[in-house]
Amino acid sequence: MTVTVKTFATSGEAAAALSSDRSARYLGGGTLVMRALNEGDISVSTVVRATDQALARIEVTNLRVTIGAGVTFARILAERDLGFLHAPARSIGGPAVRNMGTVGGNLFAPSPFGDFTVALLALDATIAMQGGLGTRDLPIEEFLQSRDRQNGALVLAISCQRPASADAFRYRKVARIKPKGGSVITLAAHLPVSSGRISGARIALGSMAATQIRARAAERALEGRSLDSSAISAAAAAIAEGTSPTDSALASAWYRREVAGVHLRRLLSGQE
Amino acid sequence: MPKTALQFHHNGREVALFVDGGVNLLVALREIIGDMTPKFGCGQGGCGACSVLIDGELHLSCLTLAETAAGRAVETLDGLKDGPNLHPLQRAFMEHFAAQCGYCTPGMLMAAKALLDRNPTPSRDEVVEAISGNICRCTGYEPIINAVLAAAAGGRARA
Ligand SMILES: Cc1cc2nc3c(=O)[nH]c(=O)nc-3n(C[C@H](O)[C@H](O)[C@H](O)COP(=O)(O)OP(=O)(O)OC[C@H]3O[C@@H](n4cnc5c(N)ncnc54)[C@H](O)[C@@H]3O)c2cc1C
Ligand code: FES
Ligand code: FES
Repeated sequence: MTVTVKTFATSGEAAAALSSDRSARYLGGGTLVMRALNEGDISVSTVVRATDQALARIEVTNLRVTIGAGVTFARILAERDLGFLHAPARSIGGPAVRNMGTVGGNLFAPSPFGDFTVALLALDATIAMQGGLGTRDLPIEEFLQSRDRQNGALVLAISCQRPASADAFRYRKVARIKPKGGSVITLAAHLPVSSGRISGARIALGSMAATQIRARAAERALEGRSLDSSAISAAAAAIAEGTSPTDSALASAWYRREVAGVHLRRLLSGQE
Repeated sequence: MPKTALQFHHNGREVALFVDGGVNLLVALREIIGDMTPKFGCGQGGCGACSVLIDGELHLSCLTLAETAAGRAVETLDGLKDGPNLHPLQRAFMEHFAAQCGYCTPGMLMAAKALLDRNPTPSRDEVVEAISGNICRCTGYEPIINAVLAAAAGGRARA
C-alpha cells in the first residue's frame, strides 16, 4: 500500500496538516510508524514530516532542560548536561533504535515501550504542543491521560527540571534480555530533599497500567521522611497500589505486581 | 499515486531514483538500486539484518522512510570492501568463523563498523552493546564478538 508523504519546513505547517486530516500520522524517528506501514496498517494514509530544526534543539539552563520532540536518544547520550537522562536513554532498544527513535515518539509508544516517558513523568515534565488552535503547554500527566485523543496535535518539545543532585533522580528498567529487551517494569523516582526530608516525591512506573502512571501511595509513604530502610519498606509495600498491569509475553500481571516492590527497594537503596 | 524523486549517496556514488510513498530504505536499496547486501529479516526493527549506516550512524533501513535519506550518505555492506580487498572486519569474520548461514552477517558487519569508526579500541562489553540490536540464530554470538575484537586489535597493530 502506498501512502502520501508530506514534508514541511516548519512545525506550524506540519501541525496544520495533522489537525486537518484524521488519517495523517506524524513521523518522528519512524521506529513505530514505519513498523505499522511495513505491516500494512491501513489506518495511515498520510505521513507528515517536519524538517524544522527547532524540533531538534536542546536547551539547558541551571534549573531546567528543554528537549525538542525530534531529539534522538543517541543525542541525549552525547550531551553531558543531560547526564541525569542517560540511564533512561541508554535503556531503549539497541544502538540503531537509539540513533533513530525520538523523545516525541516515545511519548506515544504503547506498553511495553515508553521507557523514557517514565523518567519524564517522574520529573514532572511539561509537553509543548501545537494543535490546530495554536500552541499550549500540558503537564505530562494530563497529556498521558488524553494521549489517545492527541492524534492531530504535534509535540514540539518537552521540558523538565534538572534534579538538584545525582541522588535525587533514579531510574531502573527491568528487562529479561540484557542489554536490550522490552520492559517488565520501568521505575523512575524523583526525590528532592529539603533539610534531610523528602519533599515532593514523584515515583513513576511503566508497564504497570495502560499508560505510564504515578505510584502515589508509594510517594506518600516517602513524603516528609528521610530515605531510611523503614521509609523504603513502606514505599515498597505500597508500590502496586492503584496499578493495573496486564499479562504479556514478557511477564504476567501477577508477576509484575509481585516484583514491583523488590525493584523499588533496590532502586531506592542503590542496589544493583 | 505519484512517485517521489529521491537522490542520495550510496557507498560514495550518487544515485537518483523514484520511490512510492511510504517505501522504506531497505526496499529502495534492494529492489530499486539492486544492492542485495542489506537483508530483510523482520521489517519490524527486531533483527538488525537490514542495518546500514546513514551519515556514519547505524540505522535500520527497514524502519527508515526512503525519502528521509535524501541528500545523505548511505553505506551498506557492499561498500565495505576496497576493490578486491576485504575490509579488516570481513577478514576477521572469516578467520573467526563468525558467519554460519551468513544471514545476519551484513547487519553485524555494519553494526561493528559503526562501533569501530567511533571507538577503535572497544571493550568486550562495548562490542556486545554495539551488536545488541542484531540477532544471530547460528553462532551463539561469541565468534562474532571475538572477530570484532580481533579486527579492533588488528587495526591497533597496523596503526
Ligand atoms: C527493535 C525495537 C526496540 C525498541 N525498544 C524500545 C525500548 O526499549 N524502550 C522504549 O521505550 N521504546 C522502544 N522501542 C519503541 C520506539 O523505538 C521508541 O519508543 C521511540 O522513542 C519511538 O520514537 P520514534 O521517533 O521512532 O516514533 P515514531 O515511530 O516516529 O512515532 C511513534 C508515534 O508517535 C507519534 N509522534 C512521534 N513524534 C511526534 C510528535 N513530535 N508529535 C506528535 N506525535 C508524534 C507518531 O505519529 C506515532 O504515532 C523499540 C522499537 C524497536 C523497533
Ligand atoms: S529487517 Fe530491519 S530489523 Fe529486521
Ligand atoms: S550466521 Fe546465521 S544468523 Fe548469524
